[in-house]
Amino acid sequence: MHQPGGSPLHRAPAGPKLLALVALGVLTVVPRGPLTAVALLAAAVGAHGLARLRVRPTLRALVPLLVVAALAGGWAWWSRGAGAAVEVAADLLAVVVGALVVQATTPTDRLVDALVRAATPLRHVGLAPQTVALAVALTLRTVPLLVATTLETRDAARARGLERDPRALLVPAAVRVVAHARATGEALAARGLGED
Amino acid sequence: MRLLGPVTLRLTERRVAVVGANGSGKSTLARLLNGLVLPSRGRVLVDGLDTDTDGPAVRRRVGFLLTDPAAQVVLPTPLEDVALSLRRRLPDARAREAEARAVLARFGLAHRADTPVQALSGGQRQLLALAGVLAVEPALLVADEPTTLLDLRWRRHVDALLEGLPQRVVQVTHDLAAAARADRVLVVDDGRIVFDGDAAEGVAHYRDVVCGVDG
Repeated sequence: MHQPGGSPLHRAPAGPKLLALVALGVLTVVPRGPLTAVALLAAAVGAHGLARLRVRPTLRALVPLLVVAALAGGWAWWSRGAGAAVEVAADLLAVVVGALVVQATTPTDRLVDALVRAATPLRHVGLAPQTVALAVALTLRTVPLLVATTLETRDAARARGLERDPRALLVPAAVRVVAHARATGEALAARGLGED
Repeated sequence: MRLLGPVTLRLTERRVAVVGANGSGKSTLARLLNGLVLPSRGRVLVDGLDTDTDGPAVRRRVGFLLTDPAAQVVLPTPLEDVALSLRRRLPDARAREAEARAVLARFGLAHRADTPVQALSGGQRQLLALAGVLAVEPALLVADEPTTLLDLRWRRHVDALLEGLPQRVVQVTHDLAAAARADRVLVVDDGRIVFDGDAAEGVAHYRDVVCGVDG
C-alpha cells in the first residue's frame, strides 16, 4: 500500500525503481552464497529505512512470508546445510522487502504510467498497453486483499466450529476471490476504464 | 431466462427514479443504460450512441454508481482511485494528481486523500465512489441504489448531492421520498414497466398496487 512521503525514493521515478526491483529479483535467483544474499537483504532493508516507511505495516505484511522463509530455509538446511538455509531465507525476504518498498513509495497512478511505457511494444501484437498496465497494477494491489479475504474466511470457519475442515476455508476463499475479480471487472467496465 | 422486457422508453427528464421490489429488474434496466448489460433483442441508444456497438463512447457519457462502494473503488487510497478515473482525460501525471485532489476537495474528502479506503466510513466511501464517477464529468449519471447501505445522515447528504448535480440522473432506489422528488418515476415489477409517469402517482402506485401497502 502506498505511503505518502518526501524521501528520495518517493521522489524517484517509478521506472528505475521497477528496474531495480527486477535486478534484485535476478540477483537473488543467481546462486552466489549466503553473504551476497544477506547483503541484498541489507540493501532492501536499507532502502526501507531510506524511504522512512512505517515499520509496523511492513512487519505485518512479512508475517506470512516469514513462515514460508522458515520452511524453505529449514528444507535447505536439511538438504544442503546452514549456508544454503541463510541464502534461501535472505533471498526471499530481500525480494519481498524490495517489492514492498517500491509499492509503498510509488502511487498506483505512477506505477501504471511506468507499466504503460514498458508495455508499449505489445501494441504490435494487438494488446492495449493501458489495459495491460492496469491489469498488472491491479493484480499487484490485489495481493493484500487476497490475504485479508483468506483471514476473514478463516475467521468465518472458526465461528462455525469448522477450523479443522480445509473445505470450509478453501472453497469460500476461492469463491470470494473469483467474486472479487468479477466485481472489479464490472467496476472497471462501469467506469469505462481499460477500454482504450 | 428473461430478466426484463419488452421495454420501450425515451428518457429525457433531468431526474428519473426507478422503483421496484428486489429482483424486479430495475438494476438490469439501469445497467442497460451504460452497456454493462446488453439487450438480447432491440437497441439501447444514449444520445444517439448504441450501447452495443459504441460501448466505450457510451460509458464516457454515462457514469455508473454501484450500490456498494467497496465494489466500485478499486485502488487503495482515494487519491489513487480518482486519479485512475482521470487517466484518459489528463495524460500528465502531475496535472492528474492536482485534479484528483481538487475533485476530492469538492466532495469534502481532501483531508482523506491518502487515507486507506478501508479506514473510511461507509458514507465517505460512497462519496469517494461518486467522486470517481463524476471526476470525468459524464453527461448522465446512473445510480443503482446509491443510498441503500448508508445511515440516515449520509443518505441525506448523498441525496442532496445527487439532487444538486448538473447532470441528468437516473436513480434506482428503495427510498420513496427520494423517488417522489424525481421528474418521472418508472415502477418495475416482474421484469416489466408497470407504471411510467408522474413521481407522486408512481410512488403511490408502487406502494398501493405493487406492494399492497395502504397509507
